[in-house]
Amino acid sequence: MSNTTKSLLVHGYEVVIGFETHTQLTTQSKLFSRAPVAFGAEPNTQASAVDFALPGALPVMNKGAVQRAIEFGLAVNAHIAEKSIFARKNYFYPDLPKGYQISQFEIPVVQGGVVEFFLDGEKKSVRLVRAHLEEDAGKSLHEDFIGMSGIDLNRAGTPLLEIVTEPDMRSTAEAVAYAKELHKIVTWIGICDGNMQEGSFRCDANVSVRKPGAPLGTRREIKNLNSFKFMQQAMDYEVRWQIEQIEDGHAIQQATVLFDPDTGETRSMRSKEDAADYRYFPDPDLPPLVIGRDWVERTRAEMSELPRVMAARFVADYGLSEYDAGQLTQSKAVAAYFEAVAAASKQPKLASNWVMGELSRRLNTEEKSIDASSVSAGQLASLISRIADGTISNNAARQVFDALWNGEGQDVDALIEAKGLKQMSDTSELEKIIDEVLAANAKNVEEVRTGNAKAFNALVGQAMKASKGKANPAQVNTLLKQKLA
Amino acid sequence: MSQQDLHALGVAELAARLAAGSVSSVEVTQHFLSRIQQHNSLGAFLATNPDASLAQARAADARLAAGERTPLLGVPLAHKDVFVTRDFPTTAGSRMLENYRSPFDATVVRQLGSAGMVTLGKLNCDEFAMGSGNENSAYQPVQNPWDSSRVPGGSSGGSAAAVAARLVPAATGTDTGGSIRQPASLTGITGIKPTYGRCSRYGMVAFASSLDQAGPMARSALDCALLLSAMAGPDLDRDSTSLDLPAVDYATDLIAASAQQTGTKPLKGLRIGLPTQFFGAGCAPDVLAAVRGALAEFEKLGATLVDVSLPLTELSIPVYYVIAPAEASSNLSRFDGVRYGHRAAHYTDLTDMYKKSRSEGFGDEATRRIMIGTYVLSHGYYDAYYLKAQKIRRLIAQDFQTAFTQCDVIAGPVSPTVAWKIGEKSADPVASYLADIYTLSSSLAGLPGMSVPAGFGAGGLPVGLQLIGNYFKEAQLLGAAHQFQLATDWHQKAPGTAT
Repeated sequence: MSNTTKSLLVHGYEVVIGFETHTQLTTQSKLFSRAPVAFGAEPNTQASAVDFALPGALPVMNKGAVQRAIEFGLAVNAHIAEKSIFARKNYFYPDLPKGYQISQFEIPVVQGGVVEFFLDGEKKSVRLVRAHLEEDAGKSLHEDFIGMSGIDLNRAGTPLLEIVTEPDMRSTAEAVAYAKELHKIVTWIGICDGNMQEGSFRCDANVSVRKPGAPLGTRREIKNLNSFKFMQQAMDYEVRWQIEQIEDGHAIQQATVLFDPDTGETRSMRSKEDAADYRYFPDPDLPPLVIGRDWVERTRAEMSELPRVMAARFVADYGLSEYDAGQLTQSKAVAAYFEAVAAASKQPKLASNWVMGELSRRLNTEEKSIDASSVSAGQLASLISRIADGTISNNAARQVFDALWNGEGQDVDALIEAKGLKQMSDTSELEKIIDEVLAANAKNVEEVRTGNAKAFNALVGQAMKASKGKANPAQVNTLLKQKLA
Repeated sequence: MSQQDLHALGVAELAARLAAGSVSSVEVTQHFLSRIQQHNSLGAFLATNPDASLAQARAADARLAAGERTPLLGVPLAHKDVFVTRDFPTTAGSRMLENYRSPFDATVVRQLGSAGMVTLGKLNCDEFAMGSGNENSAYQPVQNPWDSSRVPGGSSGGSAAAVAARLVPAATGTDTGGSIRQPASLTGITGIKPTYGRCSRYGMVAFASSLDQAGPMARSALDCALLLSAMAGPDLDRDSTSLDLPAVDYATDLIAASAQQTGTKPLKGLRIGLPTQFFGAGCAPDVLAAVRGALAEFEKLGATLVDVSLPLTELSIPVYYVIAPAEASSNLSRFDGVRYGHRAAHYTDLTDMYKKSRSEGFGDEATRRIMIGTYVLSHGYYDAYYLKAQKIRRLIAQDFQTAFTQCDVIAGPVSPTVAWKIGEKSADPVASYLADIYTLSSSLAGLPGMSVPAGFGAGGLPVGLQLIGNYFKEAQLLGAAHQFQLATDWHQKAPGTAT
């Protein structure tokens, strides 16, 4: 066992986590009907005869949903099944109008695959078991109906891609990082809007603990985690709870649990004994889903660059570190912004530092997305160009950035001029200042000649001060060295 | 012919008179509506709506007046009550759907309506098309017009009885394991179940999705061909199992054949395969005699008879009675009392509501099949029942392909006996399952099959000859049946009640 893994033990237990994520696909209409899927409509206005399961209504596959499943499969290097099967999962519930959910059981459309990401600078990879297409259920509304429940079937039939991992994650932090990476992938390729509040990206975490080297422990499944924060809290609580149970001599019972954000605890919804027999069987209303190689290849050719491919390109072409490239490809918008700055400034490393540094800080502080940045990529590129050509110092550039952000001006050069931040480029003027500094600091000059580096730095500081910060420190260094040689 | 005898005419003859202007669609419609009323005791109809029917007839008359001459324009028919309709309630023969009104028409209903056919009403059937005697209707049994103490067959028993009694010139039916062919045989009419997927299932209340198929029931192969031409065709936007094959005109060739009237052997070269398993001891002698008589007629028309084998015929019964209930148990889950259909008046909680609503809404046979289906799909039993049945189903289909290397069509009896007494088999469901033996295998294989009147057996009760074709060979079946009907008059015989 590696040291890394050992260090992750919680009170001597190894944490094992697998994920099932329901991503709502960005199709206009439902998986098997033409009813629209827009969020927030009046109850039962976005449901057709198929969604109401009226007698005689039949499902017809939405090809757009299949297209998105293929795109996901390609994004995670999975196998796209040439033939997959829709199956019926039978159970009774008022918001399940047909009395069965159409899903995929034995042969899913996406098989295998891997999700890779960095956690604390270390590369992690989580293997996927599968991703399958299925329809969502409707909603039971228990408020506003005294002694009764209302049923809203707007959501019934909404296309979902359920993405299932192997139990590969060994810490709650790793599991959250996986979820974030998956979220990045599905929103990047545009198959899911990623809106967790509206339920477009819902995670179920299968959590178990074991002593190192022991067989897998009994898992409990935490359902419907719809924020990264709750996800972390819920899994941390669950891990603690399971360890306490075991330490107290209780065996863990397989169960489905819900996280209550108000108490910060998980509580059991149903145990394994209550588990229904879903009587899966191939849906005779739907022929096997056949996906020809040409469809897959056409999709591959039409897909935009994937984040991991783009990150690799940033490393190769721009000389960025893997970590930086990973950070810059967190979202399509950030990557596009970075590339625009890098291209216009011809300074990819500076662009990377500024986008991940000053810009990210300001965006985070003000809780803005990069699309809403007050400083445009063009402006940041101009600013970086002025650093690179020695016109301004890094410190001065930060002042200009603030001015741009606060809307004091739009033009980088005009702001530099107005604020008097331009570095001294006239050598004769700078030489004059340095000569004055040398004359006024004879003691320091003596010490430099005896090898005192501190004294040299003091002279640089004096020269910078005398130039009112406009001198280029590198130039000051060079000139001083020449004169003291 | 007087207006009083309009019911003696079939689809083609009525269409000709409507086209000639010698009678209007409203007159024809009124005539049949009054006959339906007069013969209410037959139990064939579950719903009529004269206002809606007459409005459709007036629309057809307007199209005729505007000069349109299409083969079905203005001719009335009625639909089996498993086709959903906007103008009539749709019950599927079940209490569960008492008074249910669909907001849309089934594709088959819509297509026949577009062709100008007038809907006279909805026809009784076994509950959710489960049965072979029409005794499982929640509303009333249907009498066989040839003998009111006997069943008309099922599940399309109302359709068969109405056509035989001349209450309608034609009707739609559905066939899952023989539900068009068997009642057609037992009432002396002609019916065809096309290849699975040929007619859209959209708007058919589902029984067993992988088997259900719509088809026409009428007095002759020609009339069936006229209807099937309008019913069949792709419906890919609504039914994923619909065949992506263009609609076919099945009638023109038949009409041309009628006109030839040559003395040659029109079926020369046609090889008719006789499965030894269809001619064994299980078949009643009177039925076998009529079937052999019809086959002799086919030989006179130039066909040759060859022996073939369908070795898994007996297994088709257990295979069917695993697969069909499995699918049915899931298909009928939507009848939960939540959104439409029967809901118990009193219940304590959700589970109680489900149990009471479903127990009250479903009859014995539907309940039995839901229970069988639930059982065979259950964890631990799925492999032994459902999966094994699917494997044998594929073998049964292969057997037919082997047989079709030796013949063009397969022939035999439809039902091992003539119509039985109402109530005779109701205490023994297995006995009626066994009577499906000659129709189940071709249903499992998805092949087209038809029943053609072939004579009479014991008690003067009709016997049908079954013709089974290879996939998509409806035209061949209809052509062979049409030649037989040009040479014989079994299909023109009507029961006494039909006059």
